[in-house]
Amino acid sequence: MTQSMGARLPAGTSVGAPPRPQQLRKAMRRKQSVTRRVVIAVVMAFFLIPLASMLYFSVRFPLSGKWTGHSWSNLIHIQELAADDPSNYGQLWEGLKNSAVLVVLTVVIMVALLVPTMTWVRLKVRWLSRTLEFICLLPLTIPAIVLVVGLGPVYRIVSGLLSTNTIWLCFVYVVLVLPFAYRALDAGLGAIDLPVLSEAARSLGAGWMRILWQVVLPNIRSAVVSACFISVALVLGEFTIAQLLARTNLQTGIFLVSQSDAQLAVTLSLAALLFAFILLMVLSLLSGDRSSREGS
Amino acid sequence: MTVSIDAPSSAPRPVSVRGKGGWRRVSPTLGTLPFFGYVAVFLLIPTGIVVVGAFRSPDGGFTWANITALGDSVVIDAFVTSVILSAVTAVIGAVVGGLLSYVLVTGRPGSLARRIVTSACSVLAQFGGVMLAFAFIATVGMNGMVNDALKDWFGLVTTGAYLYTLPGLILVYSYFQIPLMVIVFLPAVDGIRSQWREAAETLGGSTWVYWRRVAGPLLAPAFLGSTLLLFANAFSAYATAKALITQSNPIVPLQIAGAITNEVNVGHADLAKSLALGMVVIVAIVMWLYAMLQKRTARWLG
Amino acid sequence: MTSASTPGRGVLVQLAGVRRSFGAVRALDGFDLTIDPGELIVLLGPSGCGKTTALRILAGLEDADAGRITVGGRDVSSVPTSKRDMGMVFQAYSLFPHMTAQQNVEFGLRLRGKTPSERRRIAGEYLELVGLSAQAGRFARQLSGGQQQRVALARALAIEPKVLLLDEPLSALDAKVRVQLRDEIRRIQLELGISTLFVTHDQEEALAVADRVGVMWQGRIQQIASPQELYSAPVNEFVAGFVGLSNPVPGVASGGVATVLGQQVPLLAGSPVHGPVSVLVRPEAVSIMKGYAAGADQPGVRAVIVGTSFLGSMGRAQARLADGSVITAQISSGSVAALRPGDEVGVVLDPVPALAVAAS
Repeated sequence: MTQSMGARLPAGTSVGAPPRPQQLRKAMRRKQSVTRRVVIAVVMAFFLIPLASMLYFSVRFPLSGKWTGHSWSNLIHIQELAADDPSNYGQLWEGLKNSAVLVVLTVVIMVALLVPTMTWVRLKVRWLSRTLEFICLLPLTIPAIVLVVGLGPVYRIVSGLLSTNTIWLCFVYVVLVLPFAYRALDAGLGAIDLPVLSEAARSLGAGWMRILWQVVLPNIRSAVVSACFISVALVLGEFTIAQLLARTNLQTGIFLVSQSDAQLAVTLSLAALLFAFILLMVLSLLSGDRSSREGS
Repeated sequence: MTVSIDAPSSAPRPVSVRGKGGWRRVSPTLGTLPFFGYVAVFLLIPTGIVVVGAFRSPDGGFTWANITALGDSVVIDAFVTSVILSAVTAVIGAVVGGLLSYVLVTGRPGSLARRIVTSACSVLAQFGGVMLAFAFIATVGMNGMVNDALKDWFGLVTTGAYLYTLPGLILVYSYFQIPLMVIVFLPAVDGIRSQWREAAETLGGSTWVYWRRVAGPLLAPAFLGSTLLLFANAFSAYATAKALITQSNPIVPLQIAGAITNEVNVGHADLAKSLALGMVVIVAIVMWLYAMLQKRTARWLG
Repeated sequence: MTSASTPGRGVLVQLAGVRRSFGAVRALDGFDLTIDPGELIVLLGPSGCGKTTALRILAGLEDADAGRITVGGRDVSSVPTSKRDMGMVFQAYSLFPHMTAQQNVEFGLRLRGKTPSERRRIAGEYLELVGLSAQAGRFARQLSGGQQQRVALARALAIEPKVLLLDEPLSALDAKVRVQLRDEIRRIQLELGISTLFVTHDQEEALAVADRVGVMWQGRIQQIASPQELYSAPVNEFVAGFVGLSNPVPGVASGGVATVLGQQVPLLAGSPVHGPVSVLVRPEAVSIMKGYAAGADQPGVRAVIVGTSFLGSMGRAQARLADGSVITAQISSGSVAALRPGDEVGVVLDPVPALAVAAS
């Protein structure tokens, strides 16, 4: 039967009920949805299993198999443990304290060093921006294990000037953090119209310090927060330089204590990871997620 | 976008030429001096020490001895093992991470699943080092959870000794390589516009044609570049291997660490430096290729 | 490629009873449209009216909940997009960024099994049709917005589709380029005689290129007619308000004629026949008489100028009437200088049929 040119419904269809065409797009979307769920589930399972194992390990006596919160309560009382048993736990407590200070120092130095410099280069010394970018991304090519080989002499001088305290590792940690912090801050500075803002502020009589503090920083807040987060994660996880320069931080502490109290080592690792994850979730909720783009 | 400009409470006055304004008389480049000075001390000088030291003999003269010491079979094995480890984990990370990235993009842009997965990847990509080693020991080590489960459920007894060899390292490294791939590759996949797929379809292309002629070529540089980044990342990793492997130094970072602590010994006093130089050369080449590919990607998908 | 003398290759396109909802929102509600062979239909409406949904359903990029789509006598309702043989131009980001203009245009030809030399020849012809032969080797990022859309058009036409679909192709372009390109699109479409569906929110664009315009609102076609008819005989308030300007002026209807500002204005079908009404008067139907002297034979009513605008080829004047409302009149560009705010003028309405709605 040849199709007529008119909009005639097929015979047998009741008038007033237009036929339902095949839902091809919906089928494709459903296939994508199923694939998506399966892939995410499998990959997340791969990620979660070690984490679950850590949790399992941290609440079980390894030999008897009984359940206990012993290790977790130890976590809260590391200071007392260190006082009671300094040979086994002293380094851990040291490391924990040092890392806490290191995080603060590194973040402060990073912001104080990068934000003014990057702003200055964008405003006044544009021709240096390529060089700045190259330098900031250089630590990706000169990894910590390489850097530490040449760091000995430099830190001998630092120890002479300041002390051999671990917290002075903050200086090299800032270097390690440079690539990630630079990228985050660069994205933030690129998103605001820096020349216009600073011109406006200057025309109102603001000095350089005031511009940085009251104009630039508030407007790149989420970028700074992002840079800080990644710095925190990196500093807390740094092991290579601390170990090979014979210093004590969180990771070296965990490493050492693992030889006598493996359970505490695992518990502490899990706690550090949870801390980082919660911090990130809070940050991404606060600043509105920048990693997923709308539309497209 | 809020602009919080705090106008001074008094009437606006012209910018003073003295004090802060006086900086304008001096070359503005000097403003970057603190930064470059800092970087010189803590990045450039140590690097210089490594590069120069690789060619320095114990008495201060020039020598090839450190470099030729790299020809030692143990060292060569270490480089080969490092390359294999890095290449294999890079490919695993690229394939799985790439698949995960693609799958994330097919969903709703702001969906909770996507946010959780990307956040998890941000954290896990940094989750290396000793903590990761312990995580896997707790999983497939002697008393690991998975080992116990296999024993209890299937009667399979495994020692998990493989964990402390190359296959084990590959497994463990994948744990941070996959998230890193997602972090680096997802923005590129995001850059694929829906119009391109729809245009390909209206022009008569099937899904296969779209991937072969449009999405594939567009994502290839980003995929390749990201894989290279993963390679460099694995090549430079130290802490995890240190926590797992105690007996020998099968990969280059462990060799370097060994050489550092052996510096007291007579012999190849600066083997550490030449090893480090070797590593830098390899990583630098890889990173340079990565940068080239990134430029191509940015042109199409930026 | 068809030459100007042979009849076009247009086909009949029909959408019947198409419905589409997104969750609780009815994007299309009983949508019927017929595109005659070689006709250019514009779907015009504000965002969210369903025009883009209708186009995408025709292309196969969206599923319809119900309805039937026929192209050239063939039911394509369940045919996937890649088999529908329609050329589509998107609003932006149409071109594949990793291919040159030439390669973009050749893309569809390659899929149809043309030999490389055939591909080059045909692509070259279509690039010349859109005036971009010189840019054949350039990439999308090296082309201006207007040039990119031309290449997109060439690419869509090169496969010699049955239907041409244009989804707001000019909305992302500068005003001047927009005007230039729309005339070219129309010229090419007439030359090829291809049935075309064009979606836009710009009413000037719609009136300029279309054979018929379908004004859409809330998922339905309010009126589909030639541009002239749409403008002079809108069937409801929405169409009258959306297409062109209109002044709502209070009056009283009686027997299909309204008494407005002391004058008689015939009412179009669809207006209330009796009772108080608001008459939608076009600015061109409003005349301004300089100077006003009260008198029985003085035409029009008294008003005071509140503002004028010079629009190049013509001007507009706003005048406040006795009841305080402001009426907009179209005036010649020369008159703009002659009228000053505060001037007393007479406002006269031409007895052009107008649409009225019941006074609220």
